[in-house]
Amino acid sequence: MGLAIGAATALPVAYLAITVGGSLDQALDTLWRERTLRLVLRSVGLAGAVTALAVALALPLAWLTARTDLPGRRAWTVLTLLPLVIPSYIGAYLIVSALGPRGLLQDLLAGPFGVERLPSIYGFPGALLTLVLFTYPLALLTIRAAMSRLDPQLEEAARGMGRSAWRTYRSVVLPQLVPAIGASGLLVALYVLHDFGAVSILRFDSFTRVIYTAYGTGSRTSAAALASLLVLVMLAVLWLEGRARGRLAYHRSAPGTARPPATVPLGRWRWPALAFCSAVVLLALVLPVGVLVYWSLQSVAGSPDWAGIGAGTGNSLIAAGMAAAVAALCALPVALLSVRFPGVASGLAERASYAGYALPGVVVALALVFFGTRAVPVLYQSLAMLVFAWVVLFLPQAIGSTRASLLQVSPRVEEAARAMGRSPLDVLRTVTTPLAASGVMAGAALVFLTAVKELPAALILAPIGFETLSTEIWGATSVGFFERGAVPSLVLLLVSAPPLYLLTARGR
Amino acid sequence: MRKLLPILGMVVAAALPGCGFGADGGSGELTIYSGREQDLVGPLLDRYAKEEGVDIKVRYGTTPEIAATLNEEGDRSPADVFFSQDAGALGSLQAKGRLELLPTAILDRVDSRFRSPQGDWVGVSGRARVVAYNRERVREPDLPRSVLGLTAPRWKSKVGWAPTNASFESFVTALRKTEGESGAERWLRAMKANDTQVYENNVAIRDAVAKGEIEVGLINHYYVAEARAQEGPDYPVGIYEPPGGDPGALVNVAGAAVIAGAEHEDAARDFISFLLSREAQRYFAERTKEYPLAAGVKPAPGLVPLSSIRQPDVDLADLADLQGTVDLLERTGVL
Repeated sequence: MGLAIGAATALPVAYLAITVGGSLDQALDTLWRERTLRLVLRSVGLAGAVTALAVALALPLAWLTARTDLPGRRAWTVLTLLPLVIPSYIGAYLIVSALGPRGLLQDLLAGPFGVERLPSIYGFPGALLTLVLFTYPLALLTIRAAMSRLDPQLEEAARGMGRSAWRTYRSVVLPQLVPAIGASGLLVALYVLHDFGAVSILRFDSFTRVIYTAYGTGSRTSAAALASLLVLVMLAVLWLEGRARGRLAYHRSAPGTARPPATVPLGRWRWPALAFCSAVVLLALVLPVGVLVYWSLQSVAGSPDWAGIGAGTGNSLIAAGMAAAVAALCALPVALLSVRFPGVASGLAERASYAGYALPGVVVALALVFFGTRAVPVLYQSLAMLVFAWVVLFLPQAIGSTRASLLQVSPRVEEAARAMGRSPLDVLRTVTTPLAASGVMAGAALVFLTAVKELPAALILAPIGFETLSTEIWGATSVGFFERGAVPSLVLLLVSAPPLYLLTARGR
Repeated sequence: MRKLLPILGMVVAAALPGCGFGADGGSGELTIYSGREQDLVGPLLDRYAKEEGVDIKVRYGTTPEIAATLNEEGDRSPADVFFSQDAGALGSLQAKGRLELLPTAILDRVDSRFRSPQGDWVGVSGRARVVAYNRERVREPDLPRSVLGLTAPRWKSKVGWAPTNASFESFVTALRKTEGESGAERWLRAMKANDTQVYENNVAIRDAVAKGEIEVGLINHYYVAEARAQEGPDYPVGIYEPPGGDPGALVNVAGAAVIAGAEHEDAARDFISFLLSREAQRYFAERTKEYPLAAGVKPAPGLVPLSSIRQPDVDLADLADLQGTVDLLERTGVL
């Protein structure tokens, strides 16, 4: 079953192979250009820089919110994760309107200091800033969960044997976090590779932007060739992560269960810690949401289309909810296969599922247009098709967190259940799944959060007339009425709050 | 897991019934793929549906996305009509044989400059590139005869453009056709050397010209026409159309075509015919401030009549060659 799911999510790759194979000469012609190499380097450079910064930002935040007596820890947990729900196209737009050459900041500085124009934020710096601000929560989520599940006995043993706090951290804590850092780095890197919203608004000429242009001008072979190259880049990233992951065991080998880890008192360091958290929250959350609220108020004065927003909210909830449920169900067998039976086939199934996640949404959507119209025309442009597209796009998020929690379930427990006469399926149902339930639920929540803000697949594959919050926001902003997009944007953030709460609640 | 199973059941049950499109195929139905925003054309399409009693289904998206979708769907597309924001996308679909020929009764209602030479798409409304200028700082006679003249020292740091804007890119494509690759490249480099200011979009340029931040901006005509309609005749931005077939005065069109193998072919033609009717053309003139192309409808007040703008020597369908333009913009560092 895990293998079948892996194969289904590899459909976009099959589509790319068919398209590129259809006119190989033209495809090779696209790939052999000097510009293509430059594109690869640019995109990989951006992905690498964003990943490094996002992880660097997430590590201290995770530690502060999971293991210390930071004042208002629970609130900071939620606040530092909240930027996750801001779609990159909205985030980028807000960053430009706040920090752009003639943005709000310039407006503020123009009076007292006579600043006429701020340095341009476009290109690499702006894309880097925006993507770090809105992807670090992906890393934070995974790392924080792993940190709060760490077995304190190991640390205590190390300290007891005379190691300093810092050496304990380096030699005991950090190695235990490697799978989480690897998995979260992977999610961030692949997110950056496939993101279109931020790079298009901040005008960073990345792979996805060029793929979009190529599709728009009818050169689907060039577009597919470039997308195939993106798949290769993704494979390289996966390989790196696989090497970092290794074959270590992370579950307890001694009997008994782990206690919750002890809380570290911060003392004087409380203030710099608070300042750090405040700075992150201010930039990634208060600033963008403030602009949104300001615009919403202006929009409410102009009586927005409440009925339309209501319908869009309902549709978003239904479609993203379905995608979350299906993805969680599909993730379990794939993750189980890769954790309990590591091998070529299971590795392939897990890796294949990442294909959809690394590809730009438009490529996955068009791949499903291609197969949908040919193989299952009855389902084409149905809700099922959109849900399937989202599962293909976001399954790795569910697999990642399911896998992480499965890794901490000792196979001994399952073996014990088997020895007492339970059938394998029974064990899966009554032992493994409940123990991994928090990871499964977190995976579902994460898929919901990303699906609800997804745009290209929603535009291309949704049934005609099926408006979601994200398509409504797009509709308003594409004609330049950003104020009108502000209310649905805020609703989008609101509906994302409960699943986010679910994600943060389980770490305690 | 046990809790999730009923959810899966619901998922399947809810997802399946909503999918029966096109199977009945009765008359009075029409599926439109619109690359134009719902905000702009939605009211007009609703009016058509009500007046003609046609059950229309409209998929909205960006023009490039819809063109790409039509390419993937191939001859299995559920679409009957493609309503495109620009001529280039129509040209690229025409080249792939994805469009049906239109009857001459429809084609002849539009000037031959604004329709497919092969006869498979027709322009519906015109979008002119213009030189927008601040009337308090620049007198029209002082403007150069051609946008090519904006590289002079007089215009240093005084001109604005929006390199990522699709209409700007169409203009550069036209420039490549009229001046050749090297001529276009030279102009782009000279403009960049002249410190031409970069803006996000046409609206930002127009507002910068109005505020006097810059004196001249390269944008589409209707942005000025809209602001003038709101702000009154004292609005400080003027429109200048460079004469003599200058690429800076390119008139692109939003157009429509019937998809090859459309299930509701007659309804599709009927709809396109409606877009060229007096009622629809008036809607474009008043609501979107675009140039009407048929039925003798006059453009919004204050606009130069279309007949006095000399179109550069460019086939609108050639504007499909966007890739070369993006390459050039990148090579010159404009993008």
